[in-house]
Amino acid sequence: MTVDHEVDLSADFDGKFGPFGGRYVPESLMAALSELEEVFSEATSDPVFMATYREILRSYGGRPSPITKCHNLSRELGVDLYLKREDLNHTGSHKINNVIGQALLTKRMGKSRMIAETGAGQHGVATATAAALLGLKCTVYMGEVDTERQALNVFRMKLLGADVIAVKSGSRTLKDAINEAMREWVACVEDTHYCIGSAMGPHPYPYMVRQFQRVIGDEAKAQLLDEYQLSPDYVIACVGGGSNAIGTFTAFVETDSKIVGVEPEGGAAIGRGVLGVIHGMRSQFIQDEFGQLEEAHSISAGLDYPGVGPEHAHLAQIGRATYATVNDQEVLDAFQRCSRSEGIIPALEPAHALAYLFREAGREIPHGSSVLLTMSGRGDKDSEQVAKILGYLK
Amino acid sequence: MESYGSLERHLRKARSSGRKILVPYVTAGYSPEWIDTLHHVAAAGADAIEVGIPFSDPIMDGPIIQAASTMALNRKVTPLSLLNELSSESFDVPLVVMTYCNLLFHAGIERFGGWLSEAKISGTIFPDLPLEESEEWSNYAASKDIDNVMLVSPVTSDARAKEISDRSRGFVYGIGLMGVTGVRTTLEESASTIATRLKAVTDRPVLIGIGISNKDQARTVGKIADGVIVGSALVKLLIEGGGPQGAYDFISSLREGLDEIDG
Repeated sequence: MTVDHEVDLSADFDGKFGPFGGRYVPESLMAALSELEEVFSEATSDPVFMATYREILRSYGGRPSPITKCHNLSRELGVDLYLKREDLNHTGSHKINNVIGQALLTKRMGKSRMIAETGAGQHGVATATAAALLGLKCTVYMGEVDTERQALNVFRMKLLGADVIAVKSGSRTLKDAINEAMREWVACVEDTHYCIGSAMGPHPYPYMVRQFQRVIGDEAKAQLLDEYQLSPDYVIACVGGGSNAIGTFTAFVETDSKIVGVEPEGGAAIGRGVLGVIHGMRSQFIQDEFGQLEEAHSISAGLDYPGVGPEHAHLAQIGRATYATVNDQEVLDAFQRCSRSEGIIPALEPAHALAYLFREAGREIPHGSSVLLTMSGRGDKDSEQVAKILGYLK
Repeated sequence: MESYGSLERHLRKARSSGRKILVPYVTAGYSPEWIDTLHHVAAAGADAIEVGIPFSDPIMDGPIIQAASTMALNRKVTPLSLLNELSSESFDVPLVVMTYCNLLFHAGIERFGGWLSEAKISGTIFPDLPLEESEEWSNYAASKDIDNVMLVSPVTSDARAKEISDRSRGFVYGIGLMGVTGVRTTLEESASTIATRLKAVTDRPVLIGIGISNKDQARTVGKIADGVIVGSALVKLLIEGGGPQGAYDFISSLREGLDEIDG
């Protein structure tokens, strides 16, 4: 297969990734999105802003995160497995990279408050954390179903000073939390920034979030070269909205590495979605025959989203990345196997990427391949849920 | 191509007769009585009716219209089934479909346009289809005598408001406040401000919606704008069981309020 390695990474002009992306929002939000685009562009070319951003990620967030070579799993699988350890970041996932950037932009725009949506609670906790650090008010919208599934994260957000609103509309999950955050934003856009947690939504979010997350792949690429003198044959990450994946892939799009995004079977927007325009963007969504958005179903609340970021839809369409699916049982198996074999309890989200690797090592991924896999978060938040599923807890 | 179609012609005629324009909003399919409700609303003195096609994720709508949409979707209605119901009906006033642009793009603009034509719809409103993304649909719709109405918000600049008003057909929809649809007890000053600003940049009919819930509010805004759109206040009455007759009484009172305005 020939692939186009000349992928346009700038997306600066109109926010379109091929036919995907764009800005489909109520007119009341258009001015705020233009302002955000402008301020983001200024800030990222301002050395003072970038130095502040990098310093907070270093001394507060724990960057750079290490690369871990998994000797045991590599031996078992017959591949060389390297994990990019975003699970070791402050707040336990890659989400901190994005929220620190957006919180700094909020202050730069002279706004005093951030709102955010959250599914599993990781992005909500990260946003509440950044708000606490930088002295901003914070309100997090979370589907009522998720507030029950992730009660501990609700407490953590409150502890960090955020208000948590349980969203009771629609399916009461992540997609509805996004709807409610958008509605709130329409009403208070003048003093409030909407801190979207994934590489999705109206322009400039997909581009901006990718730029804040690309540190994952940029670091990993340099670390693999420095420490192991290699460029990976495969780069693998899990995809819900797709921020850890796009943050990883961006560094490798113009290399020869094969790129694989792994979606949950019940939320495979690329695998079984169709073109749509929802949540401000043109992308792939799981919909009914008339275009009503359907609910995603996944063991992982963080991947429980029926859409996907527009750049992933683009990478899939041009054949630069492939997207595979795994089922909940494979994910549960991977969650346990990684814990036992490596002493690393993965979050259920990156356990999807691991599940794909465990299934395909020696098949799609030939023996002897080098594999970079983004461990986007740690599994502490999921331990109780998995314990219940496995029958250790009631 | 003319700069407007039959919807705008109808509204301009009302305006030049000295009448203030009243456009009530009804969620299609909220109950089996919804068609009957449309007839009662028309008879009560509406100049056009906004028909909301329910969408699963309505980001511009507050709790009342969300609830009505959910009631409709729970009845397993679809955009096509609702438009089919309309196609066998006849109304003296133009119907304008309000919905979200995914339903348009999912069907494809030609197919969706065909459904609208069959149902004798003369205008559309997509609150999530901004100026930059609207040209293709606006032009196609115009070729089928469907006026695509565009919205202007309180924070839209004057230059952009002019551009939007030029692209808009049917009327210009001035958003009365920063927020989503819903019933408000007091009228925001922004409603009168946006009406004044729009009247200064366009000759098209200027209607103000969002946050206009009663006779007094309609009268206040109607003194500046060419008319008003009333949604959530009517839909609240309907989902609470007010029925077609309740809708008739409410719209009649709004009509009275607007008719008291000295032309």
